[in-house]
Amino acid sequence: MPCTRNLLSDRRIWSHPILTFKRGRKVKFFFEGREVEAYEGESIAAALYAIGVDIFSYSIKLKRPRGAFCMIGKCSSCFMKVDGIPNTRTCIEPVREGVKVERQKGLAEIPTNGGESDVEDEEVLETDVLVIGGGPAGLSAALATAKYGLKTVIVNEHFKLGGQLLKQTHKFFGSKDLFGGLRGFQIGEELSRKVMGNPNIKVLLQTVAYGIFRGGWVGLAGKNKLYRVKPKAVIVASGASENFLTFPGNDLPGVMGAGGAQTLMNEYGILPGDEVLTVGSGNVGLIVSYQLLQAGAKVKAIVEILPEIGGWFVHAAKVRRYGIPILTRHTLKAVWGRERVEGATIVQVDEKFRPIPGTEKDIECDLVLIAVGLTPDTRLFAQAGAVMRWVPEAGGPVPLRTRYLEVSIPGMYIAGDASGIEEATTAMLEGEIAGLSVVTKLAGPKAEVIERREKLLKFLWDEYRASPLMARAKAGKESVTVSEEEMEEIRKWNPPFVSFGVR
Amino acid sequence: MGENTLNFRSTGIIGTEELRKLGLLPPEERLAKGPVAIVECPELIPCNICVDACHLKAITMEKIIDIPKVDWEKCIGCGTCVALCPGLAIFVVDLSKPDKALVTVPHEFLPAPKVSEEVWLLGRDGRRLGKGRVVRAWERNKTWVVTVEVPKELAMEVRAIWVEK
Repeated sequence: MPCTRNLLSDRRIWSHPILTFKRGRKVKFFFEGREVEAYEGESIAAALYAIGVDIFSYSIKLKRPRGAFCMIGKCSSCFMKVDGIPNTRTCIEPVREGVKVERQKGLAEIPTNGGESDVEDEEVLETDVLVIGGGPAGLSAALATAKYGLKTVIVNEHFKLGGQLLKQTHKFFGSKDLFGGLRGFQIGEELSRKVMGNPNIKVLLQTVAYGIFRGGWVGLAGKNKLYRVKPKAVIVASGASENFLTFPGNDLPGVMGAGGAQTLMNEYGILPGDEVLTVGSGNVGLIVSYQLLQAGAKVKAIVEILPEIGGWFVHAAKVRRYGIPILTRHTLKAVWGRERVEGATIVQVDEKFRPIPGTEKDIECDLVLIAVGLTPDTRLFAQAGAVMRWVPEAGGPVPLRTRYLEVSIPGMYIAGDASGIEEATTAMLEGEIAGLSVVTKLAGPKAEVIERREKLLKFLWDEYRASPLMARAKAGKESVTVSEEEMEEIRKWNPPFVSFGVR
Repeated sequence: MGENTLNFRSTGIIGTEELRKLGLLPPEERLAKGPVAIVECPELIPCNICVDACHLKAITMEKIIDIPKVDWEKCIGCGTCVALCPGLAIFVVDLSKPDKALVTVPHEFLPAPKVSEEVWLLGRDGRRLGKGRVVRAWERNKTWVVTVEVPKELAMEVRAIWVEK
């Protein structure tokens, strides 16, 4: 069965029922000293995967082959040496003519060229609002603050705006005025277009917010430039990362996050595998399985450890109609293969989720998708000293916040999956709510703004989240949402070491 | 809802009986009269796209999380909601012809279906139930709305098509 593919094969998708892939001009670059081709606009990781590269590095201790996992800059699986700089996240590094890419074997060597000398400049940025994250929540937040004349800077680690919207090919649920009915990538393109065309918004791509400092300073690191910003308010919409599972063989190339596979196939038009096993039947597992089918792959099964399907019935029905089995009360026992996934063993479980001996089944496949939930990316809040709580329903540790989305660090706001795992529609709603809260705080209470914010809050909490399908996420968010008075009390007991704006 | 009615939560397949209990199935007299939408959307999803999609205001909801309610008398089975439903959960069934039933399904796979071509008819579990002729196919934002001829006894079974490459 297919295991190690020949280099220079092409996994690119050339026809697709939903997407038209606009590929840039061809560029040549070097992989392990060998000249290879890519299309402009691709990330280095995507370009390598497209030509059949499965192994991105060899692990530090045992030198085991490692493949890419999340494809959105949240994990470390695609670290490579790029033009001499080790530990470069190749999934968010655009490919360019002549770039030299090498696999790391073991611990990386300290760079002898590049690095510090690449920093061309540093700048103190003047802005009212700093938005960290360019996904649905961040873009909606920036549009809200910019609308009311606040100077807004968006920093985004990726070289494209839009976040995870860019890989969503399904039509969004919700209502017409919430972009419902449009496909996710279409919403992403529309929000990005609005942001790029807004004179009050400055966008810094490939820029990382690396820390919050004394006196309300935020440090940003761009490609060749460092920025220091002292905004009057910060909105952090840093998203989430995909969860991983423990099982023998889980580090084999070809074990990939469902979102990672979705990025490859829907953003870059690269087929992540031919025969797929999906682990987890939440909406992500169901939707990505359906999209793999659309892209031309065969999905052998979706396994779900619980007795019921995790995601919405309509998503499950979509994959069932095309013959994809959803095996409830099943889990992954092991993944096997030499240098890449060649198959997996699944097993039935009893009521206590213990594998039932004798029920093992081998499935030949070249891709195992891990779709077992997400963890909010709240590192900046933790670093800033925001009061946080571990909330299983939210997906991990999240900061306490008011209804208006301000956390215990005055002037610091949260929106989107970082605030607790939910979905893109609620991320857009939270983004706008956080943006309007900043407007209220910085520009004074305006009836129009307050009214809009109340309308959004009411819709979000009383209508949208009233669905039993949102109950878990709602309970998680409820448990960390406090009143303004409670937040003042929390601040008394946990005096913030930093704050933004004038209070 | 009893345990039986929630069978679809573990299978991903909804039966005619479950649809009937949820009030999602038109009465037989209405089905015999001509094309009508069947909304196979049994959960309280926060979504009302179908309500806005219908020009005849045949689909209603009080709250965004309600199950869509189709007014079978207003609905003419035009299929606009089939194209727009984000869950691809709406179908049109026409049992008014003497020999064949017509079933309209959404389709988002290559190759695009062509009128008068024979395609595979798939059940809710993906089983191939036979072949049927495409009588109508149109597209809206990349979702094809395909009407196929199916044997009358399969009108409540066929819920997808597959076009051989």
